[in-house]
This record gives sequence, C-alpha cells and structure tokens, in this order.
Amino acid sequence: MNDPRDFERPILEIEEQIENLKLFGGEAKREKELAALQKKLAKLRREVFAKLTPWQVVQVARHPRRPHFLDYVEALFDSFTELRGDRRFADDPAVVAGFARFRGRPVCLVGHQKGRDTKQKLLRNFGMPKPEGYRKALRVMRLAEKFRVPVLTFIDTPGAYPGMDAEERGQAEAIAYNLQEMARLRTSVVVTVTGEGGSGGALALGVGDRVNMLEHSIYSVISPEGCAAILWKDAARAEEAAAALKLTAKDLLRLALVDRVIEEPLGGAHADPPALFASVAMVLEEQLSELAAVDPGSLFDARYAKFRAMGAVAGA
Amino acid sequence: MWFRRKKKPEAVAADERAVHVPKGMWVKCDSCGQIMFAQTVADNAEVCPKCGYHFRISARRRLESLFDNGSYQEFDAEVAPTDPLGFKDQKRYKDRIAQYQAATGEKDAVVNAAGTLGGIPVIISCMEYAYMGGSMGSVVGEKITRAAERALAEKAPLIVVACSGGARMQESVFSLMQMAKISAALARLQEARLPYISVMTDPTTGGVTASFAMLGDVNIAEPKALIGFAGPRVIEQTIRQKLPEGFQRAEFLLEKGMVDLVVHRTQMRRTLAELLAIFTGAPPPPP
Ligand SMILES: [Zn+2]
Repeated sequence: MNDPRDFERPILEIEEQIENLKLFGGEAKREKELAALQKKLAKLRREVFAKLTPWQVVQVARHPRRPHFLDYVEALFDSFTELRGDRRFADDPAVVAGFARFRGRPVCLVGHQKGRDTKQKLLRNFGMPKPEGYRKALRVMRLAEKFRVPVLTFIDTPGAYPGMDAEERGQAEAIAYNLQEMARLRTSVVVTVTGEGGSGGALALGVGDRVNMLEHSIYSVISPEGCAAILWKDAARAEEAAAALKLTAKDLLRLALVDRVIEEPLGGAHADPPALFASVAMVLEEQLSELAAVDPGSLFDARYAKFRAMGAVAGA
Repeated sequence: MWFRRKKKPEAVAADERAVHVPKGMWVKCDSCGQIMFAQTVADNAEVCPKCGYHFRISARRRLESLFDNGSYQEFDAEVAPTDPLGFKDQKRYKDRIAQYQAATGEKDAVVNAAGTLGGIPVIISCMEYAYMGGSMGSVVGEKITRAAERALAEKAPLIVVACSGGARMQESVFSLMQMAKISAALARLQEARLPYISVMTDPTTGGVTASFAMLGDVNIAEPKALIGFAGPRVIEQTIRQKLPEGFQRAEFLLEKGMVDLVVHRTQMRRTLAELLAIFTGAPPPPP
C-alpha cells in the first residue's frame, strides 16, 4: 500500500526548499527565487487540494500538524480555566473541559484532545476517551446550563477507547447518557468537528443547536480501515471504504446532517493556522449571537426537531 | 458494529441460533449439547430446560411472549429502508436489503407493537437479529423514535428489546445519527415522566448499547447476553490479550453496575408487569 499522504509530498518538498532558502536569505537573487517558489507552492496547493479524494481528506483530517483542541483554546479564547475530573472515578485527559471568554463573552469549552508528541499522545490516549471523559464533559456542560453559559464543543477523536477498563466502567452508558442529556441541555450548544469525527465517541460531544465541520474534517460511523476490514475483508481497501462512507464535510452538508462547512486555508488547516482560527472565530461569533437571542426553554424542541429529521426511510 | 463472521451461502441462512424451530423436530442445545424435542424447548420460552441456555428468538416470537395473550397490534409496518448513499462494498446495499427482506419477511430490523402487558397499555419496539444482525440504520432509528413518540402521545410506558450488532455501516452517518435521534426522543419521555424499560438480549453491542439500550429507567438483560460498546474482538486487538471468560456478559454487567437485573426469559413478562404496575400506579398484576 502506498503511503496515504503521498499526495502531499510535492507540497512538503517545496515547503522544505523555501525553509532552506530562508535560512540563507538576504540576497536579491535568493529573494527572487523565494518568490517564485512561493508562487509555485500556492499553485500546487490549489491543484492538489481542489481534487482531494475522500481518502486524502481522511489524511488531512488526521494530519500530524493539524491544529488540536488546545490550539483553538489558545488562539480563540481568553482566560481559559480548565475543570478536571468526573467526580466519580478519575480525570480523563482525552477530554478537556472548562470555561473561558470568547471576545468578552463567557463560554464553556469541551473538546477531545489528541497529543502531538509521543508523550502527549500517550497521556491523551490518542484522543480516545474513556467513560470518565464523557462524564466529565457532561458535568461541565451541566455547570454551563446552570449558569446559562453557551457551550462550544470541538470534536476530534478516532473514537471512544475500546479497552477493557472502559467497558467495565460503562463506555456505552457514558456515551448514551451524554446523547440523551445534551439533547435537553437548557443552554445553547455549538458543535464543531475539527478533525476526526469517529463514531459514537465523537457524537457523545456532538448533540447541539449548530453542527459545523471544517472543510477537511470527517465524520463517520466507523473508520475507513475498520469498514474495509469488515465489508471488504481487507483493511487495505480503506480508500474504497472512505469513498463509500460519504464521510467528508461536503457530503454531510449535502445530506443535511451538518449545518455548515467552515472553509480551511489553502493546503489545509495546518498550512495556515491563523487563517483557520479567524474563519472558525467568525462562524462561532455569528452562531453564538444567533443563539443568544433564543429562549433557553425552546432549545430542546428545536434540537429535537433537528435530530428527528435525520434519516432516510421510505413508506413513511 | 454488525457483520457476519462466517461466509454464508447466497441466500441468507437464518442465523444458527435465531430459528423458531418447527414443531415435531429435534433440536440440539448450543450450550450443553442436549438433544430435545423442539416443542419442549418452545414450551419453555425457547430456553433449554436442562442448562437454561436462551436460544435466540425472532422479534415476533418475542412480542408474543411479552404481550397479554400473545396479542398485539403492529404499527409503522410500512416504514422501509432506502439506500441513501448508494452504498456498495462487495455487494450492493440495495441487494442486501432485498435479500434480507426475502429471508426474514421483515422490512428492516425492528417491529413496533402496541398492546397490553399485565393489563397495562404499553408500546414495545423489538429488534430482529436475523435481519442484517439487527443493525441500526435509518428505519430502526425512525421506528424506535416513533414508538417513543407514540408512547408520549398515549402516555404509555415504552419497552425496547435490543438485539443488535450495532450500527449499519451501509448507512454511515445516517446510522450514527439514529443514536442521537432515539436518545433525544427518550429525553422527552424522561421529561414526561413516562417509564422506559430497556431489555437487552444476546447480543447488544455498539451504537445500540451506546444509545437507547443503556438509557432505561430500568435496564434488564437476559442471562449470558453479550452486552458492550466495543466488540470482544476489537478489544482483544486493542489490548493484545484474550478477554477473561464471561467478560461483557449480562452477569458481568450486573456486577459492574450497568444493568439492574438479569432476568430469565420465562420470568421476563412477570418482571416487566410488576415494574410497570409500580411505575404507572396500576394495581399489582394477578399472580
Ligand atoms: Zn442446554
């Protein structure tokens, strides 16, 4: 199997050339060369990203340099106070929750956190929560409800952790309970899928009044690899599975399963994080303002109607 | 996540354990190996009289076993699956639908019914494992949601009998969103203070467990039923070791505090009747 990120290689090569040139910059000749390379890079990014296959979108969604939840916290919010623990069993570092200010407005933030280096990945369990992570998330969202603070969730997980300890402590119950309780939370909830929306483990933070997806994020009932292993009996056919699962933001918007796609900068979120953060902030600002005008008592009915409409049946 | 583990011939063979054995034939217990008259097993609610093994039964057989006098009115029978994504793996989803409909006589993997249980009007949604492993697609989500809505409208208790391998991959995110949809419908029952009882049978896994199956005011499991979020094989691959005997079985969940009761099939009706009478303020059911 080819390296699934081969499509990005030519871009990375030019990026490297540019970095090298910058090290020895200053001369007029080099400046000219740099400008040419940057032009070439932009063109290449445009070409490659204009025709990403679903499988390539999966690679971008999982990109090791893609901004993670705490990067958004840092870039978009002020005075973040993290609240830890589920008050039942433990604190799960795969989910981060707390309160902050967004352009002066109080907000509750909840998100999956993947780690970037090996140590962080292990600490964050690769962004795969255990029951205590979901229970912490709900505990903090309940505080937000109590104090009428809007909730912003950020989804980026391969899925809920499929381990023995997670099963023993009720992984299924933790997810199920979040689904039920988020549906009737009497404060507004804005969901943004930033990277991987991996199945029930993603949805457990995903019941809200607005659901956004970043342009190159994915949302799926199962990973393409898992789907390929089961339906094609061959995990190597993940590329076909990725296409069949219709897991891209564009697909989900077309299927009316999400409300909005937030455009990413050329080359993906990791190519220009400040530009990405600006786009995300703009959408969140707009949606928070809309929702601030809604009576909290009517949120449940509207949220119910929204999810009630999802599904495709005949003979109804 | 549902899938058929063994390669099966063209037409969908009814699952080895799912058959309602025709009268006058012999049947062998999957657990203790005892060979018995099928009628003897049928008379014992499809439970092995020797070892207590619970044979898997069809949705309709289950409904008969729960409602008073075995009688009920089916509703929402017309709701049928579509192929919203044009999904094709090694086989077209459309063809799978036709195949399972022909093999089971069901339009999809759930049957909705209304009737009385211990004299109390109730709504029951019962899953059909023989239809694509009871996997949850849009029809399962829609029908259980409608069952909850009908319970709400009629102020009746809701019972859902789960029997499912989880999500239906061929409906991808449509399948996933049924978890949110049904859970939101159950939140409405919560607010209306209407009883919802979840009955988990073998197997109840994946997105079904991680939504309505775990949300009962009372969660009841059949003996030895496999109940979990991740399937045993996925867990074994993750932790690279074999799972202990009995892991994710009903009795294990009872010990871990995730189910309220493990109830033998022959006692299920009575248990439900007693709980519902208490929750609805009805007089106690006759002995
Ligand atoms: Zn037996």
